[in-house]
Amino acid sequence: MNPYKKDFPIFKQTVNGHPLVYLDSSATSQKPFQVIEALEDYYKTYNSNVHRGVHTLGTKATDAYEGAREKVRRFINARSTKEVIFTRGTTTAINIVAQSYGRARLSKGDEILITPAEHHSNLIPWQQVAKSTGATLNYLSLRQDGSLDLDQAKEQVNTNTKIIAIHHVSNVLGTIQPIAELAALVHKQGGIIVVDGAQSVPHLNTDVQQWGIDFLAFSSHKMFGPTGIGVLYGKEHLLEEMEPIEFGGEMIDEVGLYESKWTELPWKFEGGTPIIAGAIGLGAAIDYLEEIGMEQIFQHDHALAKYAMEEISRIEGCTVYGPKERVGLVTFNLEGIHPHDVATVLDAKGIAVRAGHHCCQPLMRWLEVPATVRASFHIYNDDADVDALIKGIQTTKEYFGYATR
Amino acid sequence: MQLDDLYRRVIMDHYQRPRNRGRIENEALTVDLNNPTCGDRISLQMKLQNGKIEEAKFEGDGCSISMASASMMTETVKGLKVKQALQLVDLFSDMMQGSEVDLEQFPLEDIEALMGVAKFPARIKCATLAWKAMEKGLKNEYKEGL
Ligand SMILES: Cc1ncc(COP(=O)(O)O)c(C=O)c1O
Repeated sequence: MNPYKKDFPIFKQTVNGHPLVYLDSSATSQKPFQVIEALEDYYKTYNSNVHRGVHTLGTKATDAYEGAREKVRRFINARSTKEVIFTRGTTTAINIVAQSYGRARLSKGDEILITPAEHHSNLIPWQQVAKSTGATLNYLSLRQDGSLDLDQAKEQVNTNTKIIAIHHVSNVLGTIQPIAELAALVHKQGGIIVVDGAQSVPHLNTDVQQWGIDFLAFSSHKMFGPTGIGVLYGKEHLLEEMEPIEFGGEMIDEVGLYESKWTELPWKFEGGTPIIAGAIGLGAAIDYLEEIGMEQIFQHDHALAKYAMEEISRIEGCTVYGPKERVGLVTFNLEGIHPHDVATVLDAKGIAVRAGHHCCQPLMRWLEVPATVRASFHIYNDDADVDALIKGIQTTKEYFGYATR
Repeated sequence: MQLDDLYRRVIMDHYQRPRNRGRIENEALTVDLNNPTCGDRISLQMKLQNGKIEEAKFEGDGCSISMASASMMTETVKGLKVKQALQLVDLFSDMMQGSEVDLEQFPLEDIEALMGVAKFPARIKCATLAWKAMEKGLKNEYKEGL
């Protein structure tokens, strides 16, 4: 029996008469009771706004909120808490960089480089910035398995390249991209790198200083924390020079009738009452992750994905997409059966997978498929879940009469 | 949750042997519609004459439910008056909400098999895609009224 499963109350139920087999953690992870209790504790015993009043509960809430920021700092090894900005999630974090850094720094002749495998949230913000600034959006080449072609990238990155924006781990292929190498490459030409860490931070040890990356975006809800909160990490000197994109309470130093001044980092980017409970929940999630250890988590999710990939590849009529070495997920298709139909049959067996384009329409075109099925794993999954999936796939094939057609 | 409620034999038959799949040679009303949440897409063509749908064809990518529904829909609306086709859209929409529908009113034939989709909320959008395309095309064509 998986020793972590008991921490996740959701598994106490059955779905459609079967024990829940949750294979959709890349969409959102389940929450351990430690996180649920941290949220409950805040709302029940010290709910207050932060950075404002002088009363006792306010102080406690502020300490917890800022304490969570320190936990994030340590977790990703940022230099200072000034570099840790709470946002609504990955999407908002990337949009802040695109709107604030991108719009101010880019003009005609400049280049933004991304890949065809980006999640829409690391793609559309750059399309929009390119349109509004006259900068050019270009694509880095991927190898057949979806990994970045570093040799090609060396040719491609040039002095006009102002921004590279790339996923660290693909939410469709599970590929790990060489972001440290890319960071060095783009820095040599005077540009910066923005990393979409939505799928990497929940599964592997993050070290922004070692990697030398300029911005990192990730979401709490994929790493056992609550929805509605995420993080933008940015190097202090870059954030210092950037203008906020949201204005209002909490982010000001002094407000006049016609002019105002912003407060210091990181609060400059956190206009309005912040996501207090969310940050506290994320802090509890980080405690939970650290207690298990990120190395242990990486090994666990990696081994499960490997096992699942091998087993699925063995099924006749199954195509698995992506590289051999992958993080925490397997994306596949069954010949002649649409991914939705696969997902519906699996759901009837209590197995939750994702079917569709996974917010990666350009990548689906690159793979030349309209959609795929994705099974993704986290610490509460084990070999038995993979076995249930394999059995479910067999059932699906039989149900749709694969053999007789 | 009974899978057989969803995947009725008639549905699988339409999926595997779609009727009216292809393009209309001559000029026809064309509607392209996506289901952005899942990536299904349909391109529906209709030839209209004297307030009637003379011909209907479709192409697209999608699951068994969306493609079977498109096949059944085109089969049924061929020869219908535009007004009737639009009434059928409403009736189908009610059916997907799980409401009782007056089956006397229309010869639904194969379409009745889609009734089970109502029990699978995640799949209703698949079933309605072709119907939405039909409605969009006709309403656009007859903006000024029938
Ligand atoms: C690689 C990747 N980037 C970005 C996102 C967007 O994250 P969020 O929806 O939490 O903003 C996701 C989530 O699906 C993702 O997988």
